[in-house]
Amino acid sequence: MSYMLGQEQLDGIENVLQRDLIDIGVGCVFLIDMAGNIIANRDNGESRHDVYSLAALAAGNFGAVSAMAKIIGEGEFSLLFHKGKKENIHFNKIISEFLMITIFSNDISLGFLRLKVNEAVEKIKNALGAIDVP
Amino acid sequence: MAFVNPKKKEVQVKIVYYGPGRGGKTTNLEFIYDKFSSRIKTEMVTIKTHGDRTLFFDFLPFDIGKVNGYDVKIQLYTVPGQVKYNATRRLVLRGVDGMVFVADAMAVRREKNILSLKNLQENLANYKRSIFKIPMVLQYNKVDLAEQGIPILPIETLEQDLNSKLKTASFPASALVGTNVVATLKKIISLTMASIVKDLT
Repeated sequence: MSYMLGQEQLDGIENVLQRDLIDIGVGCVFLIDMAGNIIANRDNGESRHDVYSLAALAAGNFGAVSAMAKIIGEGEFSLLFHKGKKENIHFNKIISEFLMITIFSNDISLGFLRLKVNEAVEKIKNALGAIDVP
Repeated sequence: MAFVNPKKKEVQVKIVYYGPGRGGKTTNLEFIYDKFSSRIKTEMVTIKTHGDRTLFFDFLPFDIGKVNGYDVKIQLYTVPGQVKYNATRRLVLRGVDGMVFVADAMAVRREKNILSLKNLQENLANYKRSIFKIPMVLQYNKVDLAEQGIPILPIETLEQDLNSKLKTASFPASALVGTNVVATLKKIISLTMASIVKDLT
């Protein structure tokens, strides 16, 4: 029940996270699997978050919200977003096994962030190719 | 579902402590957190209710150093033991690599242990995993309570109830004072790592 990604795939994913998200002003972004493992992460050098704990909580949170969606007859909620006074967290599913978590300040609008996240998601899907997660 | 990162030379491994409510799963993690605080760089994450019961899970990341040139990051989780929290228990089991089943050795909890192990088997089956194939260690917790005159199940009974089919390693323990907590952890890490190495080769 273990899996790995190649060096090229990881390079490709990290480049997308850097260019499409960190370079536009996002504080911290990470790609995780649904077990809570971190696949790739990037930050702006100022963010000092405990990403391993965040990943475990994010995977649990997303799982809980998906279970709630099913109970009320929704397949899934398309937008999962937590708004804070200074920092915000945005969740985006990438294929069935991966999640992208973006932490950003109020300097970036949610609409612009969602646009950039959607572009990044498509590129990451290409980089992942036909990955087989057990 | 351990993830191997060849770029960072890192392996992330998920180990879940399972068992009936008030059995000592969180206490195991708290003991490990205190004992190895110099190696654990972050705070232990816990999601509890007002009554101090685990609501969702506890989480403790733990570096064990290098194996075959790879940094191994062990991620320890507990589940909420209470019967009503089955949906959250199932979520925590997603992608698990190794299990510790913490049974409560008090005689009055005999039935609860058996039901919880059966529940684990069902929840693993939900992810198409077999309880007989996943690396697993049993821990019979609270054996120290015998000294206070509290009726404790004999080890033979616990083995018969819980380990007659699994036939895996088991430890009598006291999570509160730390007896065999580290031995349990070492055993599950070694079983899980062996399974991951076998998986990848």
